[in-house]
Amino acid sequence: MAKQILLNNINVPGLASYEVYRKLGGYSAVEKTLKNYTPDEVTAEVKKSGLRGRGGAGFPAGMKWGFIDKSTDNPRYFVCNFDESEPGTFKDRHIGQLNPHQLIEGMILGSYALGARSSYIYIRGELFYVLRIIEKAIDEAYRNGFLGENILGSGYSLDLHCHPGAGAYICGEETALIESLEGKRGNPRIKPPFPAIVGLYNCPTVVNNVETIANLPWIMNNGADAYAAIGIGNSNGTKLISACGHINKPGIYEIELGLPVKEFIYSDEYCGGILNGKKLKAVVAGGSSVPVLPAELILRTANGEPRLMSYESLSDGGFQSGTMLGSGGFIVMDETACIVKNLLTFSRFYHHESCGQCSPCREGTGWIEKILYRIESGKGSMKDIDLLTDIAKHIEGNTICPLGDAAAWPVASAIRHFREEFEDHIKLQRCPLSK
Amino acid sequence: MQNNKNNTEFNSETLSLVNRIINRYPQGKQKSAILPVLHIAQAENKGWLSAEIMDYVASLLDIQPIEVYEVASFYSMFNLQPVGNCMIEVCQTGPCWLKGSEEILAHFEKRLGIKPGETTADGKFSLKTVECLAACGNAPVIQVGTEYHEKITIEKADELLEKWQAENKCSHTNPYF
Amino acid sequence: MSLVKVIIDNIEVEVESGTTILNAARKIGGSVVPPAMCYYTKLEGSGGYCRSCLVKVAQGSAKDPRPMPKLVPSCRTTVQDGMVVQNITSPEVMDNRRAITEFLLLNHPLDCPVCDQAGECHLQDLSYVHGLEETRTTEERRTFEPIDIGDKIKLNMNRCILCYRCVKVADQLTDQRVHGVLGRGDHSEISTYILKAIDNDFSGNMIDVCPVGALTDKTFRFKSRVWYTNPMDAHRECSKCGGKTVLWMKGDEVLRVTGRKDKYGELEEFICNDCRFEKKNPNEWIIEGPRKIERHSVISQNHYEKLLIEENNPKIKIEK
Repeated sequence: MAKQILLNNINVPGLASYEVYRKLGGYSAVEKTLKNYTPDEVTAEVKKSGLRGRGGAGFPAGMKWGFIDKSTDNPRYFVCNFDESEPGTFKDRHIGQLNPHQLIEGMILGSYALGARSSYIYIRGELFYVLRIIEKAIDEAYRNGFLGENILGSGYSLDLHCHPGAGAYICGEETALIESLEGKRGNPRIKPPFPAIVGLYNCPTVVNNVETIANLPWIMNNGADAYAAIGIGNSNGTKLISACGHINKPGIYEIELGLPVKEFIYSDEYCGGILNGKKLKAVVAGGSSVPVLPAELILRTANGEPRLMSYESLSDGGFQSGTMLGSGGFIVMDETACIVKNLLTFSRFYHHESCGQCSPCREGTGWIEKILYRIESGKGSMKDIDLLTDIAKHIEGNTICPLGDAAAWPVASAIRHFREEFEDHIKLQRCPLSK
Repeated sequence: MQNNKNNTEFNSETLSLVNRIINRYPQGKQKSAILPVLHIAQAENKGWLSAEIMDYVASLLDIQPIEVYEVASFYSMFNLQPVGNCMIEVCQTGPCWLKGSEEILAHFEKRLGIKPGETTADGKFSLKTVECLAACGNAPVIQVGTEYHEKITIEKADELLEKWQAENKCSHTNPYF
Repeated sequence: MSLVKVIIDNIEVEVESGTTILNAARKIGGSVVPPAMCYYTKLEGSGGYCRSCLVKVAQGSAKDPRPMPKLVPSCRTTVQDGMVVQNITSPEVMDNRRAITEFLLLNHPLDCPVCDQAGECHLQDLSYVHGLEETRTTEERRTFEPIDIGDKIKLNMNRCILCYRCVKVADQLTDQRVHGVLGRGDHSEISTYILKAIDNDFSGNMIDVCPVGALTDKTFRFKSRVWYTNPMDAHRECSKCGGKTVLWMKGDEVLRVTGRKDKYGELEEFICNDCRFEKKNPNEWIIEGPRKIERHSVISQNHYEKLLIEENNPKIKIEK
């Protein structure tokens, strides 16, 4: 069994209640930290741990905290990004639903480090039932003196609230999330300035993913060095991987970064192999945005090295032969899955979720969906394939926020690795895999 | 406007919830409460947001009506047209598609005799396709109100439909309770 | 304010720090100026949406010479001392501008022959310079029904490029904004949601800031192609605005009144609806003389300045 930081007690009955969480050592990190650490020491500890943002970008969390503008008298805000919506990703819901106090404890630690006095958990509106669980846990934390005025007599006060979204993937982008939290349309802001300088209500703000925040209690309890000792290379710690698609055991797994992909897919401890003994065809390793890889490239790098579940190994070879760890949304496709149709569902998703502010994404995502729909329904022409590549190329890098890239990468990679399948759809005027 | 006032305005219990929510945000930033308040307003208004109720929300938050329209029309959970008593939302994104969401959707269409975006003639059910609900490990997934129903099969869909029909299911309940 | 030096397309220019690349390029002038479809100097927070002004920053600054990893919107990126920018000298920039033009036209109806904006349309200009000769799309375009927003303004959403300028005009010039961007993605539209008239003293400026034919003056609708009219600078005493306008005349008839636009199509001053819509009698104006149209627009192809206006129209008195 691999090292468990986040899911250690996940199956303990009643874990969502304060009593059970506390009995298992919960909130000890808050006690220890408020007593023994200054806010800057907490930031230093998180920096030293090498914890990286778990929402998808993998940016070092401590460094992000370090950017916060402490030169103003304005309030500072710490916001949890619980807008989990990246297709294939369903790890944060697991924490929020089963272990809300772990998230709350992390929120207290992060807020303390950043000097935030009121913090928000922005949770996607579809997950209202999880919001209710977290709000109940927040009430318990208030009643037990871990939230509110003068926490544990430390002089530090914090208010924590949940804020529901209402159906918009784009609000997972941190500046869109801030806009949404301010009660506006989820239109990403043009950066710079970054939220650490001008964020929520124009005040310095840090936005972190649920999983990132949930790691904080363990780091403060066990120390940065212990955390940094887990993992491989610059991929410190563990990572929640949500595995779905054509595997025997879909679910959420906490892996130590560095685990071979092959072991993850085939061992009984994790995915348990391909459903019905079929052949592995392709994997989208880090949520729908990251490049799809064919079986041979997900199991081994272009150099023939075993591919590992880590930031570095998954991106080995760049986008030519590699992909990204992303959010850890691991979508497995067997030989019966149609790459074109799967891509069509992704492209429909990005078209649906584009905010519409900037022209390449607003217009390009719809164009891609329409072309893919034609190809998939047997009405494509050969020049459509290069047209798709060209559209994707001109969305990528030209948009206000990363949604444009996220819409472009799956298209470019599917054509890069599975061009023949597109050609077959066009030649046969139907899906070659359908009977 | 005046005549319908009583239909639109929240009762005192709902109003106190709304005020609690507004107080979560700094002074003068009450616009922040727009999404939670719209969720409540939609539930109170049979699952959709009429111009009238959006104007009421604008007055509660002391903002211009256009600010509410802009927001309400941006987020896909808000319905700007009347919907049925029980709205069934079927996820159609990649991971659910891989596990047969198209068959599930087709089954609901057949059983209810409606397409996504439509409501049955008796007003009991609406069908809506949605994008990733973030429960891909248990695909295919549907949502009804704030409930998730996961690992849906044709049999399970039938069971649920019969249950909802029998209990005259309403999916528009205050999401905070 | 300290001055910084920046090089754009191999031309050095000195500007105040805090200046955007776009405005630094405008200081140089000529062909190095990137097109701007959504940026508008007088509207705070404008720009960044259309992406037609994307440029390459080959060197970030003298202190940190690293290039910027992506093309940047020149309207929203401030210059640094020693910055090196490539606009028309970068094949990458030009290739992307071609693509942006294509995106902006993707759902556009291409109805210039029946559009009142033709001849003074920035999208037309952009397409002329950067567009492809043939369309690569065979998909159906999304459409909206044209509507009246008030009795003076026509909204044809099919032509809109979602520059947000008209929304910012309403936000920044009027007390109560009743229209905005509704919907999401490529279904976004400028709308009042419930059919409501946009009715305030400065709403007509939405027409002038619109870079395309989405918002047009109903009082001028189908009266004339703009290049058959003679634009004349004129002014009057006005209690609501500065009263400095351009009268677009045919014979001695005032077909249209607009604000005065600079060579980048931006208003020098916003004008009120009284001046714009209610004063169509030339006697109500002091006419200063022909408006110099500096852009390479079809309007100036009419060589109207050469016409002896007073000779042709004895009723018009030009102030000497």
